[in-house]
Parts: sequence; C-alpha cells; structure tokens
Amino acid sequence: MFSRAYKLAISLPPLAWVAIFLLVPYGLMFAYSFWSVSSAQNIVHSLSFANYAELLSHRVYRQTLLRSAWIAARVTVLSLLLGYPLAYLLSFHAVRKKNVLYQLVIIPLWVSYLVRAYAWKTILGTDGVLNTVLQFAHVASHPLGFLLYSPFAVVLTLTHIYTPFAFLPIYASLEHISRSLIEASNDLGASRVQTFRRVILPLSLPGVLAGATFAFVLSFGDFLAPLLLGGPSGIMISNIVVNLFGASYRWPLGAAISFCMLSLVLLLLWISGRLEKRWAYS
Amino acid sequence: MNRPLSAEGFEAQASSRAQNSALLNIRSVAKTFGKHAVLHNISLDVAEGEFLTILGESGSGKTTLLRIIAGFEHATSGEVWMGGERLDLLPPYKRRVNTVFQNYALFPHLSVEENVAYGPRVAKTPAGEIRTRVDEALAKVRMQQYAKYLPSTISGGQQQRVALARALVNRPRLLLLDEPLSALDANLRRQMQIELKTLQREVGITFIFVTHDQEEAMVMSDRIALLHAGELEQVAAPAEIYSRPATAYAAQFIGHTNLLEGEVQAGVARCQDLSWQVKLPDGPVSFSLRPECIRLAHAVSAQNAVYFRARVVDYAFHGASELVRVEASHGHTMTVRTSSHGKLRGEAELEFDPADAVPVRRPK
Repeated sequence: MFSRAYKLAISLPPLAWVAIFLLVPYGLMFAYSFWSVSSAQNIVHSLSFANYAELLSHRVYRQTLLRSAWIAARVTVLSLLLGYPLAYLLSFHAVRKKNVLYQLVIIPLWVSYLVRAYAWKTILGTDGVLNTVLQFAHVASHPLGFLLYSPFAVVLTLTHIYTPFAFLPIYASLEHISRSLIEASNDLGASRVQTFRRVILPLSLPGVLAGATFAFVLSFGDFLAPLLLGGPSGIMISNIVVNLFGASYRWPLGAAISFCMLSLVLLLLWISGRLEKRWAYS
Repeated sequence: MNRPLSAEGFEAQASSRAQNSALLNIRSVAKTFGKHAVLHNISLDVAEGEFLTILGESGSGKTTLLRIIAGFEHATSGEVWMGGERLDLLPPYKRRVNTVFQNYALFPHLSVEENVAYGPRVAKTPAGEIRTRVDEALAKVRMQQYAKYLPSTISGGQQQRVALARALVNRPRLLLLDEPLSALDANLRRQMQIELKTLQREVGITFIFVTHDQEEAMVMSDRIALLHAGELEQVAAPAEIYSRPATAYAAQFIGHTNLLEGEVQAGVARCQDLSWQVKLPDGPVSFSLRPECIRLAHAVSAQNAVYFRARVVDYAFHGASELVRVEASHGHTMTVRTSSHGKLRGEAELEFDPADAVPVRRPK
C-alpha cells in the first residue's frame, strides 16, 4: 500500500531517536562498567571485572539492593491494595461520578513529584502536622521520630506517588470485562462475592500484573523519596548510584550497579510479559 | 407431545394448560427508563413445559421483559410470580431461572466443561455429582469431545450449545433465551431451531424465547406473545395468530397479508366496491385477508364468494408458491399467493371466501 521509501521515511526518525537516546547511552554505560578510575582521577579504558567483583564482595551494595527490592515490594503490595478496590469501585459502582473520580485519581500525577515528597515531609516531621495532631490529642506525649527519615516514610511516599500507576492498568482491565459475564454469573447462581472471586478477579489479573510491574519497577529505581525522606536507614540503591556518579567520581562502579539494576528490571518485565500473555484469554 | 393437526385443537390445549398450571405469572408489569416508557401494563401467563416466544421488532421491549424475568432489571410497577412465589423481589442468583444470552457470555478463562460446571459449583454441589451432571449436559448438546476447549477456540454454533448446556445443567424451572440464534448464519439457524425445539421437549423445561424473526417464532413456539411498542398485541398459538390475527399489526408482522379498510352498515361490510355480509356492529372496520385465501374464480364456486377483476402488476417466485401483486378494479393493490406457477397473468377474475377476511383491531 505504501512505498518502501515512505515506510523508511516515517520509521527513520523514531528509530534514530531510540538509537541516539537509548541504545548508545546504554551501550556506553555497559562499556563503562568494565573500565576503572586511575589514582590520577582518569577513566582507564581497559577491560576488567573489578567493578562486578567489588559489587559482590561488599555487603553494603548487596544490602542496599535487597533493601530497595524490599521497599519496592512493600510499595507494590500497598499500591495494589489501594488501587484495586478504587478501580473496582470506579468501574462497577460509580455510574455518574465515574469521570470525576477518574480525574481525581489522575490529577495528582500533574503535580510535581518534589512538591508531593515535600508535602510528606511537612506532614511527618517532628514539628509536622501529624505529630502536632497526635500530641494535641494526647495520643503521643512527645514527637514520634520514626515517622520521618525512615524506610516507613519512603514506603508511604512512594505508595502515594505510584498508586495511580497501579490503578490505571487495573481499571482498564476491569472496564474491559463484558458486563454480560457478570450477569451470566449472577444468573447461574453466583453471589456478588462468588462472582468477584470466580470471574472478575481472574479476568483482571493481567491488569494487576501490569500495575504491580509499574509500581515495583518505578519505586525500585526511585532516588528522590529516599533522598528527601529516607534518612540513613532508608537509603536505596539509586542513591548510591547517584553518589558514585557525583561526589565519589566512580563512574565505572556506578555503571556496573546500574547495569545490574537494568538486568533485574528487564528480567521482571520479561516474566510479567510471559505471565500476561498466558492470562489473556480473549 | 403430539402436535395436534387442527389449529382449534391446539389452541384449546395451549390455553387449558395455561389456565391449569401456569408456572409464571406476569401481572401488569410496566417499565420506564427515565421518561421513556418501554413496557406498558404487560400481563402474561406461561404454562409449565410451554415453549413461549416473545416476538417483536427491535425496540418493542421484548428484551427488557426478559431481563425483568431474569432479574437484571426491576419493573417500575407490577409483579412477577413463579410457582406461587413472588419472583421479582429475589436477586437473579436466587431465581430458579437461567438465561442463554444473545452473545452467549461464556467465561473466556474457563474451559467448556468448567463453564458448564459453573452453576453447580457455586451451588456447592458435591464434586462427583457435578461430574455426572456436566457430562450429561454436554452429551445432550453433543459437545463432550470439546470439554477441554476454551470458548475462544470453538465456533459460534458450538458456543451456542455450550451456553445452552451451561444453563440446563442447573435444572432451572424456566429457561430464558435472548435471541440466541441471531448471530448464526441461516442454515445453522434452521438446524438449531429444530434442535432447540427437540431439546425442549426432551427436558420438559419451560422456555421463553425472544426473537424478532417471525418465521423462527412460528417454527418453534407453542404460543407466541407478539409485542409492539411495549404492548402485547396478541398471545396465541402460531396457527391461531396466523389465521385469526387480532390486530392489523399482528396480521402484517406475521406472514403476508392484505389489509382491507372499510365500513360496516347494517350487517354488510363495504371495502371500496367489494361487499359481503358480516355479523359485526356498524362502524369503520379493517380486515386481514391472507394472500393464499384469494383464488382464481371458477365457474362453480362457493355461493357467497366475493368476486373482483384484477390485473397482474408484478410477481415473485417463492419456491412452492408464487406471490402475485394485482391491481383490483376497485383500485386496491392486493397480493395473491398461488401454487400454480405462471397461471395468473394479465387480466383475471379472482374471488375469496368472506369467512377468510378476518376483522382486525386498527392501530390506535
């Protein structure tokens, strides 16, 4: 239908874009991960596995990597627990208010990430809104310290930020379920709970999976929330990477860590893609 | 069940069943969506074991009526009773009513046998019993060999059968079918019509079948409830509704007909320059005259036949018969059905028996 020249002309710009801004930087990063820094602070372009060896031998990297995954896992579970009921309510029970509620979920995405993170800082701080209220109500006699600068604060903030990302694919998959299937289930004697368990939940699993993948991958690589609200105990792997690329000037090690993170994320995406394919029926 | 030969006998049987053991009573049901009235004051009794068809054009309210019986819609007013129990107050999952949906609505994530087992499973039937009942139901629709297939991998006609098995396995007292054959092509549809009818006789479950196809309704039903703009035009056996249509709409919707408009004066009906004796009160009147009731006038004819001269305008081949459009001398255009092909051409003398001109209610 279209000539070859036309096809080439329209596919060249996006291909070039992907090559220049994605493939080349990742290739560079991969190359850096095998290089090293000399004592004179120069990058030495010779192949070595020293960075990967350091990564494996030092506990702090492994620990931080595990902590990041653990924080991301908690954020994922919490976003699903918040996002699923919300998506269900919107899809099945909000008839007229559907659009308004949908917008209310989306609007926070338009607010800058920094503003939202700082908002939590003012809520959770020792002189923050929450502590003031708790003391005023005599629930606590002195400000609660663990609220801010802790993994708790990071999980809370990341959950707030990434719940819409979990919500959207779940909502889309629920909207996709034909309402005649719900009627058929009721017609065959299934109560609302049975219908949910046997029809709605299994058919929305691809959406849940996509939402979980979004929440995990995005929070796993996050560095602003731990930077602003994490404190020493809430450091995540990206903070280390930022530091290695910045003040420490150890780009090769930073690149090696980045490459490990990238591999992990790609593996996750591949698994979720496989599962999604298996769970998609129609 | 033997189909009686005469329309009268059949009609008597159907109506006596309806009176003696009505399974379902629809009492003055009305439904409005916002300001739009979809059903007006529908009352209808359905007998145990009956095959009743709700026939109507799209927008006549037939699907809404079915959904009220199934429990997916609430009637604005009126009541539905089944077997001496108020049905319309129960949620759908507590009604012993099952539905075969227009698009089948098979669960895409469950295999054919899991689909069929759905009802017994949610009813917490013992596993062994589920097995035998599912096998039985699949055998009844000849789908055993597809038990492990997913719905998306079988054809429309097969999905149709699975939907039927999935409903019947619950042994409902009443089965509702919402235009289940409309998505199938003509040949398969005819085959399924016969299969469905046979199946209904076998299982003895009351069927309420919704369709817009009058031929389908005629072939399958014990009785037809003809719905038009949210009102019941006529409820009768197919033969009766065909030979004795109650309204002009019924006469025109079911089969072909000639509508003659005229007036009765002192026991004589006059339509243009045709006239014959009737036992009707004076006033305007409409008659339905089926095309096959008009014939070529013979030298020796029934004594009181009504004669007219006509000129053939057009004709169309219909297999066993031929539909001929004629313009009568009195100005009417009429349709004549004849089995002798090619005989009725040019100018002809036609006649009909006044008893075949059925007075029908005119549109309001």
